[in-house]
Amino acid sequence: MRTLDTICIMCPLGCPLRVTEKDGKVCVEGNTCARGAKYGAEEFTYPKRTVTTLVKEKSGGVCSVKTSSSVPKDRIKDVLFEASKLCVTDAKIGDVILQNVLGLGVDFVVTGTSRD
Amino acid sequence: MRYDVIVIGGGPAGMAAALAADKAGAKTLILERDTRLGGILNQCIHQGFGLHYFKEEMTGPEYAHRFKQLVEKSSVEVMLESMVLSIGDDLTLTALSPSHGLMKLEAGAIVLAMGCRERTAGAIMLPGTRPAGIYTAGMAQKLSNVMGYLVGKEVVILGSGDIGLIMARRMTSEGAHVKLVLELMPFSSGLKRNIVQCLDDYDIPIKYSHTITKVEGSPRLTGLRYAPVDEFRRPILEKEEYISCDTLLLSVGLIPENDLLSGTSVLLDRVTGGAVVDENRMTTVQGVFSCGNVLHVHDLVDNVSNEAEIAGRAAAEFALCAQKEKEYFGVKATNGIRYALPQRISGGEGKITLFFRVDAVYKNRKLVVLSGDKVIKSRKFAVLAPGEMGSVEIDRALVDGELTVRLDDENA
Ligand SMILES: Cc1cc2nc3c(=O)[nH]c(=O)nc-3n(C[C@H](O)[C@H](O)[C@H](O)COP(=O)(O)OP(=O)(O)OC[C@H]3O[C@@H](n4cnc5c(N)ncnc54)[C@H](O)[C@@H]3O)c2cc1C
Ligand code: SF4
Repeated sequence: MRTLDTICIMCPLGCPLRVTEKDGKVCVEGNTCARGAKYGAEEFTYPKRTVTTLVKEKSGGVCSVKTSSSVPKDRIKDVLFEASKLCVTDAKIGDVILQNVLGLGVDFVVTGTSRD
Repeated sequence: MRYDVIVIGGGPAGMAAALAADKAGAKTLILERDTRLGGILNQCIHQGFGLHYFKEEMTGPEYAHRFKQLVEKSSVEVMLESMVLSIGDDLTLTALSPSHGLMKLEAGAIVLAMGCRERTAGAIMLPGTRPAGIYTAGMAQKLSNVMGYLVGKEVVILGSGDIGLIMARRMTSEGAHVKLVLELMPFSSGLKRNIVQCLDDYDIPIKYSHTITKVEGSPRLTGLRYAPVDEFRRPILEKEEYISCDTLLLSVGLIPENDLLSGTSVLLDRVTGGAVVDENRMTTVQGVFSCGNVLHVHDLVDNVSNEAEIAGRAAAEFALCAQKEKEYFGVKATNGIRYALPQRISGGEGKITLFFRVDAVYKNRKLVVLSGDKVIKSRKFAVLAPGEMGSVEIDRALVDGELTVRLDDENA
């Protein structure tokens, strides 16, 4: 049986959560309110994160990028690796520099450069 | 040169204050020592800014960009690479820049928005040698995110403030191995979300109630000795352990950058490290205002922007309209409350938001505000932690004596 021990991040109370799966049903314990149950179940079944990182600029500097929405947590490494292969010129805030990263349905969007 | 309002520092606080002063009709100037506006936000490439202010979650550079665009569209003047060297009680300033040389400026009001600097190895009397490889977390963040350098490969982080946690993830993303986070206190001063998403996501261990007992290596850091601490935060040397590493990041607190005030009679608060201010964020020197991290350390930039607007608006009013002398009531923090801000308020109409921080983690407590010995506000909190700034609104009309802010048992 898979178990996940984590803390709820939805409010400052930070309830310790234990999420388990019994007979195909996800069961959250330790939460104080419904938001915690929802968060716990999501973290257990399909945890997602927005990835932010750096991309090389041809001029020698770096620019910062983010994924346009969140990606599955277990793909963060692969997404970071894709970013490390890129090299851009004259990027501006808001530019999409790679579409549909690894077929995950998210783009790399420029969030800042050393010139802004 | 004379301006109605001169703002020192062009971070989020300085930009919001200048925009508010401009909107109120004041001729406004921002003096920023860096080559661009934005302050610390330019290096905070992670998500987590603007959820309250813009109702949208964005990265630091994006949040700064929104404000930079507003400044460009306004009639606020900006001087970059301009370092303010001194200010006086008579609202004069000296500043230095490569294009203007030494400048003497006069202001109708001054807004301090110089932000914070980080505590260093010296400031915490870190034991041992001083090899290469020891950085403050914010410095490592700037080297990485703005300049593109990774400062090391085998990393230990001392302190679990948000900058340290964010850097644990950042260094890992760039291929470094973050081996351990050590925290002196039994709890983290950082946000829960950062513990989960910066440490747990990457299986980075954190040891609470632990500190460094010795730094080793020359000329480069080779390793650290560390030990658990007792209830008085003294290391228990019998339990000392060793860990090899080439880099140590320090995330051990921020200090408001108030050195400029040494030539003035602005009164400083020993707890916050910032000025003592009233509800308009005016310091004890008439016409000098303070906001953002230079006033007290903020964890949310949204609060910085809101606070700076109060200061900017009030600075414009001070510069443009005749002011009456005000009578103030002091605000005292006791019983679990580390500080409350503003530290003094005058009576009048409307509501005032009091910001506060607690000195430890508390559960099921009641925050009480008294005017004299009369309770004028009480609010229950399920949990209060030092890492998260709290706030309560009070009714100004009820204030007729010295204020006290304190924590009581929920049922008291
Ligand atoms: C690593 C890190 C992570 C953070 N994460 C978050 C987050 O996820 N969400 C969130 O909401 N907030 C976050 N914050 C907090 C938020 O970014 C800060 O509270 C906010 O940026 C402070 O703004 P400020 O304008 O007061 O100071 P700063 O941004 O530090 O700006 C001060 C400016 O003043 C200038 N200056 C100083 N002295 C002088 C002088 N003598 N003359 C001229 N100019 C001068 C400096 O160059 C600088 O540009 C984070 C902060 C840090 C450091
Ligand atoms: S479960 Fe509810 S009360 Fe507990 S931390 Fe999550 S949101 Fe807060």
